[in-house]
Amino acid sequence: MQLSTKHLLGIRDLSAQDIQIILDTATQFKDVLQRPIKKVPSLRDVTIVNLFYENSTRTRISFELAEKRLSADTINFSSSGSSVSKGETLLDTVNNILSMKVDMVVMRHSASGAPHFLAKHIPAVIVNAGDGINEHPTQALLDAFSIREKLGGLEGKKVAIIGDIMHSRVALSNIYLLKKMGAEVTVAGPPTLIPKHIQEAFDIRVEYNVRNALQWCDVANVLRIQLERQNQVLFSSLREYSLAFGISKHLLDSLDKEIFIMHPGPINRGVELDSDVADSRQSLILDQVENGVAVRMSVLYLLSGKRDNN
Amino acid sequence: MDKDQLNLTLKRLAHQLIENHYPFTETCFIGIQPRGVPLSDFIIDYIRQLYPEAELKYGKLDITFYRDDIRQQLHVPSETFLPFSIENKKVVLIDDVLYTGRTIRAAMDALLDNGRPSKVELCILVDRRYSRQLPIHPDYCGKAIDSIITQKVKVYWGEDARVILYENI
Repeated sequence: MQLSTKHLLGIRDLSAQDIQIILDTATQFKDVLQRPIKKVPSLRDVTIVNLFYENSTRTRISFELAEKRLSADTINFSSSGSSVSKGETLLDTVNNILSMKVDMVVMRHSASGAPHFLAKHIPAVIVNAGDGINEHPTQALLDAFSIREKLGGLEGKKVAIIGDIMHSRVALSNIYLLKKMGAEVTVAGPPTLIPKHIQEAFDIRVEYNVRNALQWCDVANVLRIQLERQNQVLFSSLREYSLAFGISKHLLDSLDKEIFIMHPGPINRGVELDSDVADSRQSLILDQVENGVAVRMSVLYLLSGKRDNN
Repeated sequence: MDKDQLNLTLKRLAHQLIENHYPFTETCFIGIQPRGVPLSDFIIDYIRQLYPEAELKYGKLDITFYRDDIRQQLHVPSETFLPFSIENKKVVLIDDVLYTGRTIRAAMDALLDNGRPSKVELCILVDRRYSRQLPIHPDYCGKAIDSIITQKVKVYWGEDARVILYENI
């Protein structure tokens, strides 16, 4: 049992079998997390650095918890308060950390492709925890895990991804993963936030009316409006976005079926998702967070076998 | 070891367990995933036939995440199923072949993460003597054999049940 890649840079590089292995192993780790002692000694001899060049709450805590539950040694790095503000380059920073004998690097960076760049230049195993507007592979894996847990599988399931598709790494990773696993995907949102040609590029459906997308799907993955990545006006106001594309209890009740709602967090309550939807029975948001630890344990465990034995 | 011999040995192991543990109120039987489980299934089924009224505590333990050889190879994890507390119970670990002892070492670690048993015993079908790398010995042993490092022991279950020793080339 082996993954076909040495690093986890994106879902794009994984095969359907890799995804299957990661999700199956995560099931066993989820079981470990229900035990009185929620810790296994698998990565006792591994040191992992969490390099966060961009803000994060869930991903960072989830990775750190996953590492600790596997008994790995962890160090945390965040760009604020480090020598990055003195002008040190990414490669220099990482090489300096690696010379202290670190085996794996978990990295989030605001530049797309930053982990791919590192993977070319350093010997450690790299896990991408989100790079710019490119990919966020562990989020897609935990979303898939949560869907699989609720619906019993991925093949043939209908998933709508709603919101800021253009700036979302979660959307891209999810599309790759769902297509590889045989699910059907619709993206929905304002035309300015959906990239041109996405329909042909990924063989997915595009919908500009949120209600139609919700009516079609089994699960809706609602994305955050990423104002920090938008350097031009793509819709007139948050209030208008919320009226046209936000998901309210009223809208969900008007469908003739019950669907599940997911959100990768952090939620802008009242913008893309109303509070009563986020906190409702249909919402899988907290399940996603819980599953995140098991999925990340699975990824780290499976990649730890890929280290150069030295 | 052919099917008839294997059957006799399995029944003897079950009777030894019965002798030491009847009426099983303080005992848990735990098969080690994946290869110890067919053996423990057989023994538990047999004990249940003899004592249908006894309430046996029977679980399965996966030790993948506790192995000390994950640097060399990764194994596929199986299910751990322990629907009872092992706290202050006598635990019998059941596996098919005892070789270096490393699997049992991992199993004891995995077991202790689930509680503190009063006693842990080991039941083994085939004991490969003189090849231990850790100080571990079985309490119940089906058959002890002498083998060299290039040889392998394989236990088959079902219709074609038997134990073979073969040269690994």
